[in-house]
Amino acid sequence: MHEMALCESVIEIIEREAQQQNFSKVRAVWLEIGALSHVEPEALRFCFSAISRNTIAADARFEIIGVPGEAWCMKCAATVPLVQRYEPCPRCGGHQLQVTAGEELRVKELEVD
Amino acid sequence: MPGLTQARVVQIERDILAKNDDYARRNRARFAAGGVFVLNLVSSPGSGKTSLLVKTITDLKGRYPIAVIEGDQQTANDAQRIRATGAPAIQINTGKGCHLDAHMVGHALEQLPPLTDGLLFIENVGNLVCPAAFDLGEAHKVVVLSITEGEDKPIKYPDMFAAADLLLLNKIDLLPHLDFDLASTIEYARRVNPKIEVLTVSARSGEGLPAFYAWIDKRAAAARAAAKAAE
Repeated sequence: MHEMALCESVIEIIEREAQQQNFSKVRAVWLEIGALSHVEPEALRFCFSAISRNTIAADARFEIIGVPGEAWCMKCAATVPLVQRYEPCPRCGGHQLQVTAGEELRVKELEVD
Repeated sequence: MPGLTQARVVQIERDILAKNDDYARRNRARFAAGGVFVLNLVSSPGSGKTSLLVKTITDLKGRYPIAVIEGDQQTANDAQRIRATGAPAIQINTGKGCHLDAHMVGHALEQLPPLTDGLLFIENVGNLVCPAAFDLGEAHKVVVLSITEGEDKPIKYPDMFAAADLLLLNKIDLLPHLDFDLASTIEYARRVNPKIEVLTVSARSGEGLPAFYAWIDKRAAAARAAAKAAE
């Protein structure tokens, strides 16, 4: 469950920002999670509810903004959608693909008091 | 009105892995300065990583200073197996943790002798999922897959095969006894990662290991040369 470690990092980021931007309560957290990133959004949500207890982000709404996967197909010389890493190019059926989007794992914004 | 606070939205735009990646950068700079070539070995449990390392260290220790960082949830068994070769080994027990992170590796480095112009092998926790996300500062992730596992592991656990630069197909000496389709496995791995290099090896018989050593030699020489040029 590396989602636990990732949620601990999210809380650390939030607490550092709380000091810098002077807030004491987080109402909502928006994460940007790519479809090809290393996490399962629902596992992340579950871990966050456990890890955020007794922090300034306890009871915060947890919002996930999904980013679809995209790759550059060298054969087609075009950007194509990619749902899973092992899938072929939807145009030519080849696997000469370089992932260009969908690996995001970011804390995007917070709604705070 | 007093007692009411105003909610506001603050932009953060921070990578969740940024802290790990900072530590990884520090580790990498340290390795680069010393000309140390570092491999992060990842696999499921039981693929033969430790046996492969014991054999590799035995064969290469006359040519390089070598050390190992061992990651396991519990026990120091693997570090003891490595130390029997004469190489220093630091065991990191992650407890409930499922992967090594760059901060743990940085700590372990403080306990190792200097490895100038040498090799450092990091044997990650046996797990084909979580270690994929964590950069430790290594030059390459090497994924070890034994042929007693399924052919479709690369597409079942694509993140790991996408993160690795080299696939070692281990226990190749067992091929005559198994219905293992080597070509399919390699094809699956290349679907996930068209650039992945593949070597078939056996830690037991030694088959294929000279090619792995040549792969290491070439890259270790480049790491040494880069360190020298930067002096």
